[in-house]
Amino acid sequence: MSVDLAAVRRIAHLARIGVTDAELPHLQGEINAILAFVEALGEVDVEGVEPMTSVTPMRLPMREDVVTDGEIVRKVLANAPLTEDGFFLVPTVLE
Amino acid sequence: MTTASAGAKLLKGATGDWEVVIGLEVHAQVTSKAKLFSGASTEFGGEPNAHVSLVDAAMPGMLPVINRECVAQAVRTGLALKALINKRSTFDRKNYFYPDLPQGYQISQYKSPIVGEGEILVDLTPDYSIKVGIERLHLEQDAGKSVHDLSPTMSFVDLNRSGVALMEIVSKPDMRSADEAKAYVSKLRTILRYIGSCDGDMEKGNLRADVNVSVRRPGAPFGTRCEIKNVNSIRFIGQAIDTEARRQIEIIEDGGTIKQETRLFDPVRGETRSMRSKEEAHDYRYFPDPDLLPLEFDDEWIDALSAYLPELPDVKKARFIADYKLSAYDASVIVAERETADFFESAVNHGGVKRDAKAVANWLMGDLSAQANAQGVGVVDAGLSAASLATLVDLIGEGVISGKIAKDLLVMLLGPDRGADPRSLVEARGLKQVTDVGAIDSAVDAVIAANPDKAEQAKTKPGMLGWFVGQVMKATGGKANPQAVSDALKARLGL
Amino acid sequence: MTDLTSLTLADARDQLKSRAISSVELTRAHLAAIERARGLNAFVAVTVDKALAMAEASDARLAKGEGGALEGLPIGIKDLYATEGVHTQACSHILDGFRPEYESTVTANLWRDGAVMLGKLNMDEFAMGSSNETSYYGPVASPWLPPNWSADQARAALGDKGKRGLLAPGGSSGGSSSAVAAHLCLAATASDTGGSIRQPAAFTGIVGIKPTYGRCSRWGMVAFASSLDQAGPLARTVRDAAIMLRSMAGPDAKDSTCSTEPVPDYEAAVGRSVKGLTIGVPKEYRLDGMNPEIEALWAKGAEWLRAAGAKVVDVSLPNTRHALPAYYIVAPAEASSNLARYDGVRYGLREPASEIVDLYEKTRARGFGAEVRRRLMIGTYVLSAGYYDAYYVRAQKIRTLIKRDFEIAFANGVDAILTPATPSAAFAIGDKSSADPVEMYLNDVFTVTVNMAGLPGIVTPAGLSAEGLPLGLQLIGRPFDEETLFAIGAALEQAAGRTKLPAPWWA
Repeated sequence: MSVDLAAVRRIAHLARIGVTDAELPHLQGEINAILAFVEALGEVDVEGVEPMTSVTPMRLPMREDVVTDGEIVRKVLANAPLTEDGFFLVPTVLE
Repeated sequence: MTTASAGAKLLKGATGDWEVVIGLEVHAQVTSKAKLFSGASTEFGGEPNAHVSLVDAAMPGMLPVINRECVAQAVRTGLALKALINKRSTFDRKNYFYPDLPQGYQISQYKSPIVGEGEILVDLTPDYSIKVGIERLHLEQDAGKSVHDLSPTMSFVDLNRSGVALMEIVSKPDMRSADEAKAYVSKLRTILRYIGSCDGDMEKGNLRADVNVSVRRPGAPFGTRCEIKNVNSIRFIGQAIDTEARRQIEIIEDGGTIKQETRLFDPVRGETRSMRSKEEAHDYRYFPDPDLLPLEFDDEWIDALSAYLPELPDVKKARFIADYKLSAYDASVIVAERETADFFESAVNHGGVKRDAKAVANWLMGDLSAQANAQGVGVVDAGLSAASLATLVDLIGEGVISGKIAKDLLVMLLGPDRGADPRSLVEARGLKQVTDVGAIDSAVDAVIAANPDKAEQAKTKPGMLGWFVGQVMKATGGKANPQAVSDALKARLGL
Repeated sequence: MTDLTSLTLADARDQLKSRAISSVELTRAHLAAIERARGLNAFVAVTVDKALAMAEASDARLAKGEGGALEGLPIGIKDLYATEGVHTQACSHILDGFRPEYESTVTANLWRDGAVMLGKLNMDEFAMGSSNETSYYGPVASPWLPPNWSADQARAALGDKGKRGLLAPGGSSGGSSSAVAAHLCLAATASDTGGSIRQPAAFTGIVGIKPTYGRCSRWGMVAFASSLDQAGPLARTVRDAAIMLRSMAGPDAKDSTCSTEPVPDYEAAVGRSVKGLTIGVPKEYRLDGMNPEIEALWAKGAEWLRAAGAKVVDVSLPNTRHALPAYYIVAPAEASSNLARYDGVRYGLREPASEIVDLYEKTRARGFGAEVRRRLMIGTYVLSAGYYDAYYVRAQKIRTLIKRDFEIAFANGVDAILTPATPSAAFAIGDKSSADPVEMYLNDVFTVTVNMAGLPGIVTPAGLSAEGLPLGLQLIGRPFDEETLFAIGAALEQAAGRTKLPAPWWA
């Protein structure tokens, strides 16, 4: 499989990575090189094989229902580019 | 109220009848102290970003650890919905960008949910129910909140809700009218509240629904559906369905076709409208969350949770009908809230004696309910204990007070004399019913003497008796036993 | 290199304990070495004050006869680990200025045991790379001189920001490998998603171990690919690596994938006899057109172990060749999701924009380097509707097959598997940053299977190439049997003789 320019543009938008039209052909080449590299996997017989969901034989551990965290507004906001009254600020979200 | 016949549910169009097909995705906030994958509080409100851990804020390198109670709540709910409990389920990431979704993905269960198929018996009338199938129930994280109206150019992001556990309960497309959908949501809400897995507070958004609506000619295959997002009251669910069904019928009858899309219900304008932004090629790229392992538990744990489940509303209703001889209507009203049902039972059985259940039910659903409504609280919180209600019913049964006096007594007990013992209060206020024949006779005599012409009329018009009883009751301050008064009058007037 | 920086971690520990040296002296010696080696660009932040304060505290504890397993030992930390109040950016521009309000579990464990932090080490951006060339802070030079280069020639090249022609220290833990090999720290933390500990170890003639998945907590370690990432140490001897891992590893209730198994005394396994152990040699690792030097080294390794009393047998791992392509689906897929949190909203870089989608796209376009952007796009693509089954699900099925291959080999009585570490010795910076990204990916061909199967793997130096560059061998073990790897690794180390690390031409 390979991707065309429209697909590259779509993927970039899904990944929220801005790309200029000038960058598209180069990106397309690189992505297609990687896709060509993984293409051989299509020939592997995976009939009846379960996809791996976890590499360890562990069971999912569970936490008790106790409030042990939070109330650390300062720490939560410490690295924020823009805040006001305890909120994170972002440019308007168009609904 | 919807009737039992299918025909009556059809909507009339210009070109014939239409059937509306409804499926619901209910998002119910799980009752727990801490969030689904972090130790931050789930408490409602609070300063912005106060109930937020570094995990909820998706700081680099933070990892989720699941809250056992949230899993237990989902299993309890599954059991209450008579659903298949999946002893192995997995968590997937639903990827999309939004400022109130800090991780850039929502942890949800896509491929294998914790609960599979089940069903709910939905009561449409006291003695007519339909079964609505449950497709699945899964656990997922709630998002934070973006406030858009504090500034014209900026949105304010608060992550207090970010990571709170939700159950998404998906029904099968088994409903055929707005009334059925409303009844389904209220029954589901009742069940969730019974088992304590969700408080059902729709005002706080703790229970909200995405409503899938399509229309078709009776017997035809399903039509194209539209999803109305985030409807947050039972009334609006009904309005949204009717509005949307009408919209779809009009389009089809005008020769158009329905486009599958996400819509929003505007209760002010009474219309649904397309959420075009949501239509923008969403591709959520679900895949199993590699920070979590498959969620596994055994039968023993399920059995332990099952053993502590309370009696569910359907079973309780049947038992109330059988044991207390309640009508189906009374039983369904009383079991709608678990607290009410418990209150009813403890009033009926107070003091180890089983009293007149029908009388308790009447007081509960009648005067007490009216008084509670006036106060804006539930019957259980109106200020009357189950013991006092029992005593009140006993006082009437023993002939100590009349029903009329009992009504006044209730007002006192809910108002100035809150918390008083009804029996002592009757004593202290001299509210005891007069059963002394001598006293009643003299009152009767006095009334007849004062109204000779009416007494004469009564001999030929026995209907006058009621007027005389009323006069005597008035004269005795309502304390006379009405039966005794009636008997005495009949004797004196020769009826 | 002074006497103090030439010590092994174990020797330094013993001398601190006997009070022959102080932690402050030892720390100052390393800080001075770091200062002289600025040209290598191994450190992206040096925490002088913190280092000295920690060293003083260690000396006070040592004076009282107290102190943990690493008391007073100065080490370096890969920039991937969150260190409270200290530069933590995974060497990415998108985490500009990020100072975490928390400490990763692995580093917290190290400080608990008394280690002293010298600073943060350079790395490939978000650990994506095999040469440390993708770092926002520029490439790192290996302390090994390029073949036929004079010290003067190399020193001149250090001045060039691109460091062209100097040798790559491997990646992604290139700052860690360079710093350890150049004696700038006694040991360093590293991390390994596809070979990022082991390939740099091989390239710089030092020891690196990627423990079993789940052995070290991932909490507070900036995520690349969650199901593959694992912390581990780089050190100059097998014993030093064992000492480091014992402190780094351990249960952590904050990481759902972290093992609750207690951590054994790995150091005790160093020097344990390998007599009677069975070593598997997988025929599928013998690639077409394989470098004959690597092949010869591999055979020599098997011979050394046979001589030490181990039994060497052929094993088959038939799905080996699928591992690298499958890895380049799974790792980018997970990364595309893990790195979604870098959105300019709560921390790090934010590019000006008047609308949110624009903010995301500008911030992420400027904040991520070319290699990261490329992998995020591949990852996004293989998870997208219509391609998920063909790529991601298939790759995870192949992962099951790869793991099964190892399980069969171990079930047949193999104690560890011996393979080459890398297809070649270190290459020069700039040599592989060509148009085809796949060429660089091929560096991980021998190491990536281990991550795919969640197994432990150790790389030890095994000798020098004809050109005089270090070469390593890899041992792959059973899950949670790092002890056997330390025992066999020490046997290889002894047979090969400790690689003589380069003299400080850079100073």
